[in-house]
Amino acid sequence: MTIHRRGLLASGAALGLAPIAASSLSRPALAQGAPLKIGMITTLSGAGSYIGADIRDAFQLAMAMEGGKLGGAAVQLLVEDDGLRPGQGKQVAERFMKNERIKLLTGIVFSNVLGAVAPDVLDAGGIYVSPNASPSNLAGKECNKNFWSIAWQNDSLHESAGQLATNLGQKRMFILAPNYQAGRDALTGFKRLYKGTIAGEVYTRLDQTDYAAEMAQIRAAAPDGVYQFHPGGLGIAFLRQYIQAGLMANLPMTLAAPSMDATTLAAVGDAAVGVNLTSHWNSDFPNEPSKRFVAAFQGKYNRMPTFYAQQSFDAALAIGAALKGTGGKVDDTEAFYRAMTPAKFESTRGKFTFGPNNHPVQDWWALKVENVAGKPALVTKDRVLTDHGDAYSAQCKF
Amino acid sequence: MTPGVALLLEQLLNGVQLGVTLFLLAAGLTLVFGIMGVINLAHGSLYMVGAYAAAVTATATGSPWLALLAGLAAAALVGMVVEFAVLRRLYARDHLDQVLATFGLILFFNEGTVLLFGRQPLFVNVPEGLRGAVRVLPGVDYPVYRLLIIAVGLGVALGLYLLIQKTRIGMLVRAGATHREMVRALGVDIRLLYTLVFGLGALLAGLAGLMAGPILSVQVGMGESILILTFVVVVIGGIGSVRGALFGAVLVGIVDTLLRAYVPGLLRQVMAGSEADALGAGLASMGVYLLMALVLLAKPRGLFPAHA
Repeated sequence: MTIHRRGLLASGAALGLAPIAASSLSRPALAQGAPLKIGMITTLSGAGSYIGADIRDAFQLAMAMEGGKLGGAAVQLLVEDDGLRPGQGKQVAERFMKNERIKLLTGIVFSNVLGAVAPDVLDAGGIYVSPNASPSNLAGKECNKNFWSIAWQNDSLHESAGQLATNLGQKRMFILAPNYQAGRDALTGFKRLYKGTIAGEVYTRLDQTDYAAEMAQIRAAAPDGVYQFHPGGLGIAFLRQYIQAGLMANLPMTLAAPSMDATTLAAVGDAAVGVNLTSHWNSDFPNEPSKRFVAAFQGKYNRMPTFYAQQSFDAALAIGAALKGTGGKVDDTEAFYRAMTPAKFESTRGKFTFGPNNHPVQDWWALKVENVAGKPALVTKDRVLTDHGDAYSAQCKF
Repeated sequence: MTPGVALLLEQLLNGVQLGVTLFLLAAGLTLVFGIMGVINLAHGSLYMVGAYAAAVTATATGSPWLALLAGLAAAALVGMVVEFAVLRRLYARDHLDQVLATFGLILFFNEGTVLLFGRQPLFVNVPEGLRGAVRVLPGVDYPVYRLLIIAVGLGVALGLYLLIQKTRIGMLVRAGATHREMVRALGVDIRLLYTLVFGLGALLAGLAGLMAGPILSVQVGMGESILILTFVVVVIGGIGSVRGALFGAVLVGIVDTLLRAYVPGLLRQVMAGSEADALGAGLASMGVYLLMALVLLAKPRGLFPAHA
């Protein structure tokens, strides 16, 4: 505990303790009948801020659609920005748990922030429901009964893309990712389900912005297709240079969902037409809950929801289902676990179940960028994987 | 032509293209560094200013010519204002003060850009008519836009040579570098001359930035990553030498590109794939610094030391 405090103080000193100190007056514990507080830590500033905004807005939408309740229980959402800094996320979590007496947290976008926050929450007996990041350790050896992933295990994004490349008959793939943990995981995940041969495997630099040398290598290797995972602005630069090099016309590109969300698509524009990708959800899903969600989201916020918004919406519904089972209480984590496990909510994905490690078992779909009414849009195609879990659940023992 | 040779040629062109971009930055840096004796870490910020001004103008007007003008004007203007407001006070100070002040300028420009344009990168399209690739040799297709960058870079190199070696202003610049007091005694306004030189360096940095805009994404901090390579170029070429900047830049561009392209492949023949790729990527990014160390061992003052 003392070590813990010291760590917090150190990071607090580095990041500026002022806002924390101002609100550190202890508040009374939950009064009888007061709404259940849910703490949301998410990324609302910096390059990834649109993701955090979608997660916040979709969660609030789910609450608003039930009149400020989830599963019949009145809830109150407290939202704080982590600034994509693990230290800041840790501080917010500490404050949520100590001062606000919050036991149920959600919202984190990035795995590195989650890596700092999740152990604190779980060690303190809290519950964390992830609407996005789900690194392999929390799905395998370090899995926890009180950690729930609503999105996917990170690897599934790339495994499904590998399966799609196989399905598309791409026999020789050229694969690229930046030389850091998530990049290496991406290529490993892709190769796990890809059945063809790898024509070339290239690790780019994380600070690289010009990919001319890689484009030449791709052309020289003459593969059937290209898979690349470059997050954020890197991915947009890569795609644009791929198009400029004239490769898009002849070499189909396969991507994971985060490489081509609605925001990236808007930045790349028409040139992205023809790109293949996989996702667990798309805004054109025909099931009723999804249609209702898309219409309500557009009605309230006047923009298309990304899949991040959908994940957060499903997270709110899943929490609602669990609260319904526990009568709106989260104090008994064992009861919460029992109520959450059956996933008794109408998922916007059509079907949704939890695997033995509290991670989703779900279908993955092929999407393609096509021109719809003069504008490039993501269009759902065939199913790629059915009831797909993750490779780590066997290592998980509660 | 065999595919291997075609690939090598394409990679060489990529190297030259990176090289001339580096040259545009290094030329300004080496002039300021060698002639005015100022270490300007904020040179990368001028590259960013040029890129942003051009990107914003291109988005607003759709005209590549207006974007070109806006990028050049903004970079030169900001450069001269910085010289007038900040650097002018630093000529007599030691290098540490200059580094501190210009590092402060980097923070100022980055945060200012965030305030004005946000953190989301801006995207500019390649101008109509410069899109697509052209066959430069049988079996070697190369993007037109990148060829244009090479042409512009080489044109600027020729122009700078003529300006510095053949004109009166160039003569004053050369004289100002070696005999500052004598030039002043002859009645030349050396301060105005320095402002102009700095403005010229800023203009070239802005040109590099605005040309890079349609290829890379225009974002905060884009100048810093390329600035480090630019300093390597200046040191390899010889401080103060524009000719050295040209040869150093092309050398660094080609070495960096070829190492990135071929080292992982060579390593893969002796070790497992993913290890070779990771190690190769690491070695390739070290390559230019090794090159710099080797050059400094053989020629401690760079390849083309400016006469002192």
